[in-house]
Amino acid sequence: MTRLGDLERAVMDVLWDSVPSTSDGVTVREVADALAGRELAYTTVMTVLDRLAGKGMVQRQREGRAWRYRAAASREAHIAQLMLDALDLGGSRDAALVRFARSVTGTEAEVLRAALAAEASGGGAGPGALTGRIEAPTSTRAERPTSADEAVDG
Amino acid sequence: MAYALHFTLTILACWGTAQVLARSTWSWHSPRAAIVCWQAVGLALGLSAMGLPIALGLSAYDLPPGSGLVALFDDLLHDRLPAGVNVLHLGGVGIGFGIGAVLLTTTVRSVHGALRAQRRHRDLLALVARDDPAVPGALVLDHPSAAAYCLPGVKPRVVVSAGTLSLLNPAELDAVLTHERAHAQERHDLVLLPFTALGRALPWVRWVRQAHERVALLVEMRADDKARELHAEAPLAGALRRFASAGHRITPAGALGLGDRDLDVRVQRLLVADEPRRLTVVTALAVASMLVTLPVSLFLS
Repeated sequence: MTRLGDLERAVMDVLWDSVPSTSDGVTVREVADALAGRELAYTTVMTVLDRLAGKGMVQRQREGRAWRYRAAASREAHIAQLMLDALDLGGSRDAALVRFARSVTGTEAEVLRAALAAEASGGGAGPGALTGRIEAPTSTRAERPTSADEAVDG
Repeated sequence: MAYALHFTLTILACWGTAQVLARSTWSWHSPRAAIVCWQAVGLALGLSAMGLPIALGLSAYDLPPGSGLVALFDDLLHDRLPAGVNVLHLGGVGIGFGIGAVLLTTTVRSVHGALRAQRRHRDLLALVARDDPAVPGALVLDHPSAAAYCLPGVKPRVVVSAGTLSLLNPAELDAVLTHERAHAQERHDLVLLPFTALGRALPWVRWVRQAHERVALLVEMRADDKARELHAEAPLAGALRRFASAGHRITPAGALGLGDRDLDVRVQRLLVADEPRRLTVVTALAVASMLVTLPVSLFLS
């Protein structure tokens, strides 16, 4: 399990750090080549990408006989999402986390939400993966970043 | 009728106890006892809310609710309801079970929602959080805001942001980490869960929300106590102060950070050495156990 988690992280690092955001994704072969030091089998990389797609972390597009993969959201957007959770700004009423202290300002919340909104509206990747927990209609969320508050209550 | 009166009195006693608990300051020195009291009030209230309509529905039987229910189901099975039992009575029993079902389903929904959020959070952490030699055993999120929290579960995770690392000195950081580990070890998420669930079931009831806030604060105080056992008061109070001011530093004029009042209370508590009032605590625990015993014994008799 931890090994698989390590691999997932390594693959995401490739997608985030080695693939320019303008590219339309990479193939399994290209990811495997970028991870050459780990000597992974092609099928292993494919399995990991498949799992990541299942979790909504990567998006894929068919091109000819191969799939092209790209990160569903940037690393920064994921961190912003985690911080919103951590600072209890995600609008969730579930007691999912226990925090040390909350002293968050409105500005801070806006900055974090803006990070997500920018992600959602830019690049056409869509915020689908980002909002996996918050099952809001993605289009409305892109326009109104704060709608996550209401959306999660449903 | 006497049994319905018992349940009514228990409900009133719960309400009164909650009022006293919410205003009490002894609870700050014995957060664990206070948490037990709040749990007892919640449990007694839930049972009495179920018991009151059931007792009214069973008034024809002149039996305690427990054996009354057995008698009613027996009669229903054999289709021989006594003359005194009409549709209203059966409705009362139905409402009682309905309340129980609502309480149960909201709890299940809360658990489910929390588990889903935690799983998602855990997945994301695995991809973007990093280890840091400054905080062994904890995960670090590269973000300038200050956050420190515990992702509860069977394999709990303590997470701090890069903002926290730069905000706190090593002693303060250690105190915060101990605080978060206490949350994880004592499963404070489970302590809060019923109150969260109740808040979901009755979002318009002000004092349910207040009870949740009080218990959340007590849980923090409990974790503070664990941290001050291992470290001194000073680093923990320092960390709390820094968290409070970190909010203010970038607050535009007029805007208040959330939870500021609670932070003040926690800092004050750490600085003022005060003996726990044992007699008050023992009294409170006695009242709490009596509150629970009343409805439970009625249902069992």
